[in-house]
Order: sequence, then structure tokens, then C-alpha cells
Amino acid sequence: MKLCTMIAVAAACATPLAAAADDRMVARSLVATCANCHGTDGRSVGGMEPLAGMPKADLIRKMDEFRSGAKPATIMHQLAKGYTDQQIEVLGNYFSALPAKR
Amino acid sequence: MEQFKRRDFLKVAGAATALSLAGCAGMGASKGRVVVIGAGFGGATAAHYIRMWDPGIEVVMVDRETGFTSCPMSNLVIGGHRKIEETQRSYDGLRRLGVRVVNDDAVAVDAAKRVVRLARGGDLSYDRLIVSPGIDFMYDQIGGYAAAMQSRRVVHAWKAGPQTVELRAQLERIADGGVYLIAIPPAPYRCPPGPYERISQVASYFKVAKPRSKILALDANPDVTSKGPLFKKAWADLYPGMIEYRGQARVVAVDGAAMSVRTEFDTIKGDVLNVIPPHRAGEIAVKAGLITHNDRWCDVDWRSCESKVAKNVHVLGDATLSAPGMPKSGHMANQQAKVCAAAVIAMINGQAPNPSPVVTNTCYSYVSSSEVVHVASVHQWDSGQSTLIPVKGAGGVSSARNELEGKFAWAWAQNIWADMFG
Repeated sequence: MKLCTMIAVAAACATPLAAAADDRMVARSLVATCANCHGTDGRSVGGMEPLAGMPKADLIRKMDEFRSGAKPATIMHQLAKGYTDQQIEVLGNYFSALPAKR
Repeated sequence: MEQFKRRDFLKVAGAATALSLAGCAGMGASKGRVVVIGAGFGGATAAHYIRMWDPGIEVVMVDRETGFTSCPMSNLVIGGHRKIEETQRSYDGLRRLGVRVVNDDAVAVDAAKRVVRLARGGDLSYDRLIVSPGIDFMYDQIGGYAAAMQSRRVVHAWKAGPQTVELRAQLERIADGGVYLIAIPPAPYRCPPGPYERISQVASYFKVAKPRSKILALDANPDVTSKGPLFKKAWADLYPGMIEYRGQARVVAVDGAAMSVRTEFDTIKGDVLNVIPPHRAGEIAVKAGLITHNDRWCDVDWRSCESKVAKNVHVLGDATLSAPGMPKSGHMANQQAKVCAAAVIAMINGQAPNPSPVVTNTCYSYVSSSEVVHVASVHQWDSGQSTLIPVKGAGGVSSARNELEGKFAWAWAQNIWADMFG
């Protein structure tokens, strides 16, 4: 095996000092923080409210009501307070654009 | 002849290595290969999300088990409220997503050559490695443990599976009036509220089936480490007089023949000995040289879960050195795995990882067959401290135990298992 070829190929594998993070990746990573309870991509397998396909205004309103205490909750009033307004906006954009069913 | 064959094999192996490198450079079908060690909450989720988000990356997942048994919900099996089959999942969903599942034990990692060695022979080369081995026990910290466990005189049941079933069987065998003794290890350990949920579950069984039986909890910690007031209220309300809890009581030895344990002060007998030894990161993390703290845990950069000491190697879950306020939980491992999956994909595609990841945690604990208490938190990246920090004012615990969260807890399990295995 030609050693120089291997080194050249290995160098091509090394992570380049990359450009900025991809917005789509940041958004879907944020969405993935909801999946443990609400299902992968917000498609609940049961027992929890699905988020995929929820209109953006509904999601933002619900999160606001959880945060203010207007909407009764067991746990979401505590979790909603952990996200920034901008992050909730990102969640709203992403979930509203997803079809409810795959 | 024998030697000739071996040389032949080496030639083929060399060609295979070159092939995988070529694939990585974009000349083959795959952009790169990720090997995942461990198919639990961390490893399975990472495998799932890498394939879901970037099917151009090859994923090989290695685990010594042929299927998954969940630690969360396993206390319900011990309490007799669920069957263990209800807490198990197969790897087939991941196979359908194109994950290659290898049923073997990873025994060594050569980070310089980027190769994982398997117990049954054969090496797996990788571009990036994800190590999610969970915990192993420091048996040598408790005198007599290994021998007593061998003869089934003591169980930990802190890795769900045969020991979970064994502990349930032992509880069924003892007489009404028998003593269940649980010894809780010093923090940090896997699932902070887990031991107290287990006490509650055994109590719920005794209350119905063996009302004269007693529970003795010997905790190495000063007091109940999670949801203390909620657990203590449940014990007082639901199981009055049944549970004796002792804080600052570290078990240092077990005598399987005498069915007793020794603390620094006393020798105490029990009819079922459920002694949970102190934990450290799983063995492969030690062998791979990933341990950074107290000979026990692996420090990582929480923006990518990349090891602080090994390039191209990421560590997830209970094996990591936890960030402030971050519990060793299945939920947390699943969340870390998604941060890691996104970062691994970015790195392989030549992009920067997410500079400000977010993770959440929720732990539900059953205090009876149907009532639950939770603890929850949200952790955001803090650039000043270069770590994930719990958001002040967010998170918290249940206001009181309740049945609605009992339903949510079981639904959480269904959803997180689906999020792991597809």
C-alpha cells in the first residue's frame, strides 16, 4: 500500500476549520430536545401531545401560557421557562412546517 | 501454508482499511463511518439520529446484548406492576434505518489508528467513535461482594436484565416479616432518584403481599439525594412503619453466608440483600484511556461530547463527568446523544458544531403502582463557563405525587424508547 496515498486520504478526512454552524442543524437539534416525551420529530407514539404540524401561533401561545401559569401543567410550566423566546420561535417554525404524519 | 494464509488475510485487511478511508474522502458511497459502542439510551439514540439526519454516514453499533432492557421502569418490574418484556425493545428499528448492529464486546480502542477491537476477533475502523458504555461497578470497594454475587446472595439490579428478575424472585420467596435491605452508593451514581423509587416499589408490593415485612435503607449519602420531601411524604402516608431509612450509612462489606452487611459501625442482617456498589464509567472507557477524573469519569466538551483527551472519540451518558446539576439519567443520555449526533454529522461534513446546545432532563419516579413524582431541568450552554448550566427559574419537582403523572411517566417511556430505536 502506498503510504503517501493513505496519508493524503486521511488528511482529506480531517475536519477542516469549518464555516459557521448550519441553521437547519441548530433548529432540528432544538426540536430534538422535545422528542423524549413528544416523540421523534414531535410525532408522539401515544400518551403525549403531538407537536408535528402544530400551527406556530398555537405553540408560542401555549408556551407563553405555561410560562405565565395561565395554562395548568404538571411539568411544562417548569420546562417552558428554560427556553428563550427566540428558541420557542424556532420550535414554532419547525414543528408547524412538519406534516403531522410521515 | 499457515503463514501464507495469514499474509493473505493481512493484504485483504489492508485493502479494506484503504476502502473505508476512500469512502470517507467522498469517493465511495459513504461519507464516513461512525462506530457506536453501547446500545443504551446514549448509543442507540446517537445511531438513530445520525442515520435519520444524514443517511450518507455509515453507522455500526456494537453491543454485547442482543436486545435492550430499560433501567427506567425496571423498578415497576421489581414492584410486580409490570413484566420485564414490557420494558424491552429490539434493535430491528435501527437495522431498518441502515444501522449495522454487531453483537459483540468492544475490548480495546486504538485512537491513533482509529480502530475498535472486538472480543470475538476482527477490528472495526472508524472516522469517529461514540463510546456510550454506561457504568460498571467498583466491586472491590465492598468486601466479599464478588463472591456473594456469584452465589446470588447479593444483587445490585442496577443494570436492568437478569438481576432485575432475580431481585423480584427473591422478594417473592421471602416470608411475610422478612427484611429487604437496600444499600445506596455515594453520589454520583446512575439515576439519583432510582433507589428511592425502588424502596417505594418494594413497599407497594409488601403492603399488599407481605404486610409484616420491613425495608431497611442504608444510604452512603447524608440524606435522600433527589426529591427527598416527596419520597419521605409518600413513605409516611402510604407505608407507615414499614421503611427505616438511615443516611450516612455506607456499606463496606457483604457476607453472603451470614446474609449480612457491614457498615463502618454495625453488622446488619437482611433476607434480601440489594447492595448497589459505587459506580465508574464502563470498562471500555477505561481501556480506551478516556477516564479523566477520580479514576471514574470521562470529561467531554458538551458542544460535541468529544472527549477532552482523545481526538475523534465522543463519550455519552452515565460514563461522562457530569456538568453542574446534570444527573446521570437515561433521559439525559438521550439528549446528549442528539447533541453528539448533530456535532458528528457537522464535523464529517466539514461544518462547525452547534455553538450553543440545549438539553433537558425529566425523571419520573413511581412511589406506588400508579402515583408519580418528577424532577425536571433545562440546561443551556454558558460560554463564560464553557459548559451546560441549568437555567435558573426553570425546572423543579412535582407539587405532590399524582396519578396523572403516572400516566405521563409510562407515555414518556414509550416515546423515549421509540426515539432510541425508531
